[in-house]
Amino acid sequence: MAKSNKPLLWLPFASGGLVAAFILPVLILITGLLVPLGVVHLPYERMFAFAHNPLGKLVLFGVVALPAWHAAHRLRMTAHDLGLGGGLAVRLICYGAAWLMIAISAAALLVI
Amino acid sequence: MNETIALEVLRYNPDTDREPHFQRYAVPYRDEWVVLDALTHIKDQLDATLCFRWSCHMAVCGSCGVMINGEPKLGCHAFLRDYRNGVVRVEPLDHFPIERDLVIVMDDFMAKLSSVEPYLLVDAAKPLGEGEHLQTPAELNLFKQYAQCINCLLCYAACPQYGLNEGFVGPAALALAHRYNLDSRDTGKDRRAEVVASNEGVWECSFVGACSAVCPKGVDPAAAIQQTKVSASLDWFKAFLLPGGRK
Repeated sequence: MAKSNKPLLWLPFASGGLVAAFILPVLILITGLLVPLGVVHLPYERMFAFAHNPLGKLVLFGVVALPAWHAAHRLRMTAHDLGLGGGLAVRLICYGAAWLMIAISAAALLVI
Repeated sequence: MNETIALEVLRYNPDTDREPHFQRYAVPYRDEWVVLDALTHIKDQLDATLCFRWSCHMAVCGSCGVMINGEPKLGCHAFLRDYRNGVVRVEPLDHFPIERDLVIVMDDFMAKLSSVEPYLLVDAAKPLGEGEHLQTPAELNLFKQYAQCINCLLCYAACPQYGLNEGFVGPAALALAHRYNLDSRDTGKDRRAEVVASNEGVWECSFVGACSAVCPKGVDPAAAIQQTKVSASLDWFKAFLLPGGRK
């Protein structure tokens, strides 16, 4: 048996799981609830400046792209566990949606 | 005192039966009886043709694994009192061919177990004169839980991936490979990686975690497999990035 090249797919998947578990909930709490409700004061200009900074862009890209990849792979595995098989259609839907999200986030961050 | 409990046991005799069927037995109910006691009662008192494996009756030998009401359990570890007022359905372990009645064919697992070389591998044996291989309690704790495996195969019966792809090396064999990889006296990690880090090795696992949930010895094969994925990934990148790393 030969060693697998799966790490290339799996490491982004595992990192996406970490980001989705530890960082996304906090970000959703801050940007989705606390800021709109006025509990935390975070002006638009500061958030924009963060997204404008190259390092900020990289962080935001990681926060979107890694969980998107994680979700795609997890959903494909769930389909496999449910006996739907790992066929081309399932792959296209799962990974296609992830690549679409990754492309949109990359484009948006480049335009800012 | 005359209470009985119904056991539905899967019967299959390859010489006479075209397919498996259930047979119902009424067994005396005892608070202190486990399912294995009920099976023994059937064999001794009601039907001597019933076949099942067992040996120690104390969750050490790993022989009496069966499906009890759909869940993989050791027959000696499942009390009748937990199934009182119901029917106890006993079947051979899922995902394995049936040899006869509750006895499964485990050749597939035996081949996989030996493929990961679950024993100490050393590059050069240390001469006896140089003394013992000392190990600190911390080094022992790294792998001790994985050494509790009794090869009962409940984890294989619980694993949906093994059910879908019988090529998967599977939880117990991968956990035992991890046990030796973590042992400070062992140097066989790269050799085991040929099986462990192959497509049919840890990468076939989708981290359902059923293996760890059903283990009667508190082993956590799911964790062993995840830890192996991390170290196999790091090894893969090292081999890819460092000069001369690709073999």
